[in-house]
Parts: sequence; C-alpha cells; structure tokens
Amino acid sequence: MKYFHLIWAALFRRKTRTILTIISIVAAFLLFGMLDAVRTSFDQAGQSANGARRLQTGSKLSFIQTLPQGLGGQIEHVPGVKSVAYANWFGGAYQDPHNQIFSFAVSDNYLDQYPEVEVSDEARKTFASTQTGVIVGQVLADKYHWKVGDQIPLQSTIFPQHDGSKNWKFDIVGVMHAKDKSAGWYDQVILMHWKYFDEGTPYNGGTVGWYVVSVNDANQADKVAKAIDAISANSDHETRTQTEAAASASWMKQLADIGLIVGSIMGAVFFTLLLLTGNTMMQAVRERTSELAVLKTIGFSNHAVLAMVLAESLLLVLIGGVIGIGLASFLIPGVSAGSGGLLNLPTVGAGSWLLGIALMVAIGLVVGFLPAWRAMRLNIVDALAGR
Amino acid sequence: MNFLFNLGLIVVLAVFLFAWAMLPWQAVLVLAIAFALWMVLTRRGRQAASVTMVGVSTIRQRLGSSSVVIIGIAGVVGVLVALLAMGDGYAETLRKTGSEDTAIVMRGGSASEVMSVMDHDSVVVVPQAPGIARDGQGKPIASPEIVVAANLPVKNGGPDDEGSVQLRGVGDEAWAVRPNLKIIAGRKFTPGMRELIVGQGAQRQFAGLEPGHEVTLGDQVWTVVGVFASNDALDSEIWGDADTVASTYRRGSSRASVTVKLTNPQAYDGFKAALAADPRLKVDTDTTLDYFSKQSEGMSKVMRIMGITVGLIMAIGAVFGALNTMFAAVASRAREIATLRAIGFRGVPVVVAIMLETMLLALLGGLLGGLVAWMIFNGYTASTMAAGSVGQLSFAFKVSPELLWQGLKWALAIGFVGGLFPAIRAARLPVTTALREL
Repeated sequence: MKYFHLIWAALFRRKTRTILTIISIVAAFLLFGMLDAVRTSFDQAGQSANGARRLQTGSKLSFIQTLPQGLGGQIEHVPGVKSVAYANWFGGAYQDPHNQIFSFAVSDNYLDQYPEVEVSDEARKTFASTQTGVIVGQVLADKYHWKVGDQIPLQSTIFPQHDGSKNWKFDIVGVMHAKDKSAGWYDQVILMHWKYFDEGTPYNGGTVGWYVVSVNDANQADKVAKAIDAISANSDHETRTQTEAAASASWMKQLADIGLIVGSIMGAVFFTLLLLTGNTMMQAVRERTSELAVLKTIGFSNHAVLAMVLAESLLLVLIGGVIGIGLASFLIPGVSAGSGGLLNLPTVGAGSWLLGIALMVAIGLVVGFLPAWRAMRLNIVDALAGR
Repeated sequence: MNFLFNLGLIVVLAVFLFAWAMLPWQAVLVLAIAFALWMVLTRRGRQAASVTMVGVSTIRQRLGSSSVVIIGIAGVVGVLVALLAMGDGYAETLRKTGSEDTAIVMRGGSASEVMSVMDHDSVVVVPQAPGIARDGQGKPIASPEIVVAANLPVKNGGPDDEGSVQLRGVGDEAWAVRPNLKIIAGRKFTPGMRELIVGQGAQRQFAGLEPGHEVTLGDQVWTVVGVFASNDALDSEIWGDADTVASTYRRGSSRASVTVKLTNPQAYDGFKAALAADPRLKVDTDTTLDYFSKQSEGMSKVMRIMGITVGLIMAIGAVFGALNTMFAAVASRAREIATLRAIGFRGVPVVVAIMLETMLLALLGGLLGGLVAWMIFNGYTASTMAAGSVGQLSFAFKVSPELLWQGLKWALAIGFVGGLFPAIRAARLPVTTALREL
C-alpha cells in the first residue's frame, strides 16, 4: 500500500495513452454489464425458494390445451399438497391486437400462492368484491398511466364475448409489485377473475388452462408432481407437472440460445480487450526500462518490481472495469425506455458485479504478467546502459 | 486555442461520420476513384503517395501494435455482422413465407392463427367468395386449416426437456395453396390416419422425427411418415390430417384459418371486400405475405437494436484502441516525420499518409472480421419462440453482401477516427521539437 503513489504515478506517466486504454476497457465492461444482466435475468426467472415450492400442472398435449375444472379437487387430495389455484390465458391486447399484454384469468386464491408479489390488503378486498376488477402490474400501470379506479378496455385476441364482440371492460382495483427479481415479470401482468371470464365467453366452457399447486415441502415436489400426473394418466386430458423453476427454465431455453450468443460476444470482446491492454502495458514497461533499473539500483527487490508492474496493470483494468459496469447499470434503464417497451432489461445485479470484478482481476494479471516478468528479470547494468 | 481547434475537429468528424453512414456504395466508389486520381495526378498527391509508401514499409517493424488495430477492428466487425445476420435471417425466413396471390382468412381480431377459432359455417362460406382460383374440377382452391401446439422432446435435451412445436392440421388443398412445399423424404400422410409429416427445421430441433418413428402426442401414438421442405417459416411446423388433429385436440369442426389461392394478386381487394360485406362472417383477411411479415416486425426490431447497441459500444472501444496504437506509432516515428517535413513535405501529405495507413489496417481488420463471421455464421441455424406462433421457429443466420459491406463501412469509419487525431498531431508538432525527440 505504501507504494501506491508510485504505482499511480507510473500509471499516469503518459496520461493520453492511459486514458485511451481505460476508455477501451470501459467499453468492454459496459458491454459485459449489459449482457450479463440479460443472462442472469434469463437464468433467474422462477429460480427461487418459492419457485421450487410451486408446481405447475398443464396439459401434456400442449400448453394451449385446457383441463377440466374438476381436476383441481382431485389434486387437493394428493398427499403433500398445500393448496391449489388455477388460471387461464386470456390473450389480452391493449389498443391494438398486436400490442399484447400478459393477462390471466385467475381463481380467487391465486395471489395467495405468490407471497413474493405485493398487493395491498385494500386492493385485495376490492378485487374480491368487484366482478370486473383487475389487478395490474406496476410496470404496466406506469407505462400506460393507469391508476386505481380507471376503467380500461382490453381486447381478447382469443375469446369473444357471447355477443361476438372482443372488447372486454375491466376496472382497475389495485397494482401489484414483485418483491424479488425471480417473480419480476408479475410487474407486467394483468390478473382478472376467472369466473367473470368463464361466464363472459362461450369458448371456455368451465375449463382451466393450468393449475398452480403449492406443496408443503419443496423436497417432496417431484414425488407430488408424479402423483398429480398419475391422476389423469390414460384419460383424454393427461397432465404434465413441473416445478415452476423447471418450467420457466425450459421456457427460457425455447426463447433462444441466449447463453451461446452472449458467450460468443463476450469471448470476442474480451479477446480484443486483452490485446489492447496487453499492448499498452508492454509499451509502458518498455519505455520505463531505465527507470525500473534505477528502482532496482536503489534497493527494490526483483519481486517488488514484479508486484509493482502487476499492480499497475490490475489497477488499470479495475479502474476501467468498475466505471464500465457502473455505466451499464446507469444506461440500462435508458436502453429499455428507448426501445419503446420492446426490451425490458434488468439492472446489474450483485452476481454480475462479482463476476465482473473476478474477470477484471484475471485479465489484469494475464495482461500484466509478461511485462512484469520482463521487469523482474531486468539486468541492471544492461538496462542502465540502454542495451 | 488548441482546445478550440480540437473541438472544431470533433464537430467536423461527427458531420463526416453521419454523411458516411448515409453513403451508398456507388458514392464510395466515386470517392475512392477521385482520391486515387488525386494521388496520381497532382504533386501533393504524389508526395502523399510516397510518404504513405514509406510508412507502410515500416509496418513490418511495428507488426505487434499494427496487428492490435487489425484484430480489434476485426472483433467489432465480426460481432456486428453476426448479430445483424441473426436479425436478418429471422426476418428473411418470415418474409419469404407466403405470397401475394394467396390470402389467409382468420376470425376477426385474432393476432395470429393459433388464437383464431372459425366455426364450421364460416369455413364453408369463405370459399364461395369471388376471386379465388379454381382447380381442374372447377372447385375453389381453399384450404381450411387448424393450428395447435404440440409438446415434443427436444434434441440433445434432458429426459424431461420438452419444446413446443406448431402442429398444423390440413386437408388436400393445402398443397395447392403452397406450391413451393416439397416432400423430400418418405410420403404424404394418409387422411384419417394418425400420421405426420415434419418440416426439415422441426426435424433438426426435436428428437425422433425421422420417417418410420413414432411420437406421442398426449396419450396417442402418431407415426412420422415423411419430411417436407419449403425453406420458410413452415419448415418449423409438423403437419397431420385436419380431422384427426381436430379430434385429438377436441376442436370439433372448427378451424383456425382458411388459406385461399387467388386468381391473381389484383383479385385480393375484391376478395377482401366481399368477405367484409358478408353479414354471416366476422373475419380478418390478409395476404399471406403481409401476415407473416407483420408477425416478424417486433422481434426483428429487437434483434436490430441489440446488434447496433452492442456494435456501437464495441466500436467505441476499438476507436480508442486504434487511437492508442496510432499515437504510439506517430510518436515512435516523430523524427522520421519531422525529417520529411524539414526537407519540404507539407502537412497535407503527412496527414494523408498516416490516415491512409490506419484506414488500410482497418480495411484488413474489416475484411478479416467479415470473413470470420461469414465462415462461422453463414447458414448457422438458431431457433427462437416466434412471435404469433406457438412453436419454435428455426431460422438460419444470413450473412449477405450488404451486411459485409456495412461491416466494412464501420471498419473504415473506425480507422478514419483512429487515424485523424494522431495524423493532425504529427503534422502540427513543431519540426524543431520533433527532431530533438528520441
């Protein structure tokens, strides 16, 4: 630590060059921060203790096939099941059929299954007593400037009402907000009463899209899932039950090979970055050969010189990297807003920061190693003579 | 004063970059020819050419730092081209689907086929509309189809890894409205049997879709009897007999859509108007071409934004890398450049020479990056849950000449910015100071 000012002075010996290099590193880590935020949000969807305690039971045939409502009562009797809720896909769209919004028609106890979704008691009370009531996610409410008490028209792209019109009217009774990131997408969902939906359309006929089953013990989840699927084995409505975590993981996998694409970009970026920084460090050490020789002459040991050059390159990468990831967390909301709601990027989490710092240290060491090694092996007499 | 000069330079640079982004390739060619002529015909130009030759001949001694510029820019161009190729490939697959002389009719207000439910009466009424082409027996060519999702095991996935694929139930007319669809292995399914034919894209993604194999849909066993290819979005679907699919999925006599072949593209407006005026129907009509293009809009836009954002950030990094290298190169050649100026070479040839050198390195980098992206990604297939469908769409990355050209333009722009400041600095450094530098 006492040599810090020495390292600092060496680092900024050529201001222009160091600043240019730092900007390159900032760019690389800015990219890293953004891409890693996307990756973790994909990985984290549904991956929480609550997600492991909840099972989703859907039709084995396909996710658009519905199940009989009577099945819910049978699932409740399976040992290990705490409670059963159910939901249907409503296929809502706002203002334009192509502007689709995640909207579900849900049973009365649906929200009880999701303790991580925050809804005020007052809103829940009003919801229970309002037939046409809906609870909307925080992000949606902000985006469309909805407030409690507004009446909103939603088109269903699937379910017309009995008179053939597709326009449904709903009253907003509350706003919900996800307390932790794993349930984050509830900020962009509309929940309505299943009963109102089922009675309003001739197309549903009392069927259920999928069941949400809470189990008493997460370790028993797989056993319970098998027991639930056994109920309807060989019937015309076979089911497939998975934990919520497994279901969203396989759903995300279908969306795209995000990991692969992100990984290959990261690889290209870091390879480029290594080259740039490595080049700078080599130049810096080459320029200072005689200075390093002077340091050795006045008594710095070989290892101290090695450590100082390594520290210099570490410091260089860390300064750039921290600024880069900091910028990423600052810029991400801007990108999300700029894409007009097409992209909703998450913020940079602690995991990304840790991974980023680990990468910075690794890159700093790799880049600094060769110049530092050369500085350590420097022969004083030769270096001072400029040979 | 110095600060103001640099500020002015940056403004000029911004204007230049904007114009550069707008330039078509013909204009670039004209510029290049004009520049070459200047180098050959004028005295200044010839001076610039000879200084450039000197600079280029010393690149060999600066191989390490020069290759940093090349590889840095290659990285930017490679990533940019790959990302844009992904967006283009996706959009292209959906754009190629459908044609102007076929129309798709769905229940009104349905965003996509999967969401549409048309009852039997509507399905019977649609083919009676005017403007539909007729087959040899004088029957209108209209294909009522049903679209549902099926769960199938994914290739190379775990035992419980299932993906969703779009299953289309069709009748005999389906082949007539899609003449580009060919059976490439096995045979067509037999009506009334639980037999499937699978698109080549679906076959790539899901396990066990080889002809002769059996797959389980729900509690029923179906046999795969053939593979078809149409080189568009339909490649990601699997097809079966409409009535059999409808009974499996308990859809009765309803259908999702009716696709009709029109006598010619001009007949579309009349056909659409006739359906809109029919009081028995509540339907939306679209040409199949428009329908599929609309489905791809949102996703293509997302991919484009992503590509440009990532490319921009990387380009900024590369610009500073190039600046660094060129500043170092100029500094190490300070005496050489000062000597040139002392014996009478003016500022312009010196600036041009250094700029040219950087642009040359950038060009090499751009070519390298484009080549690598083309080798790895051209025809690389990926898949994603497509908007407006319930199955995965498999599509191939498409590295087109336009994209490669765009990548080269980016590379040259980076080279230009990275060379400009060091070049100006070299030309403005007082000769006496530079000569004393070691």
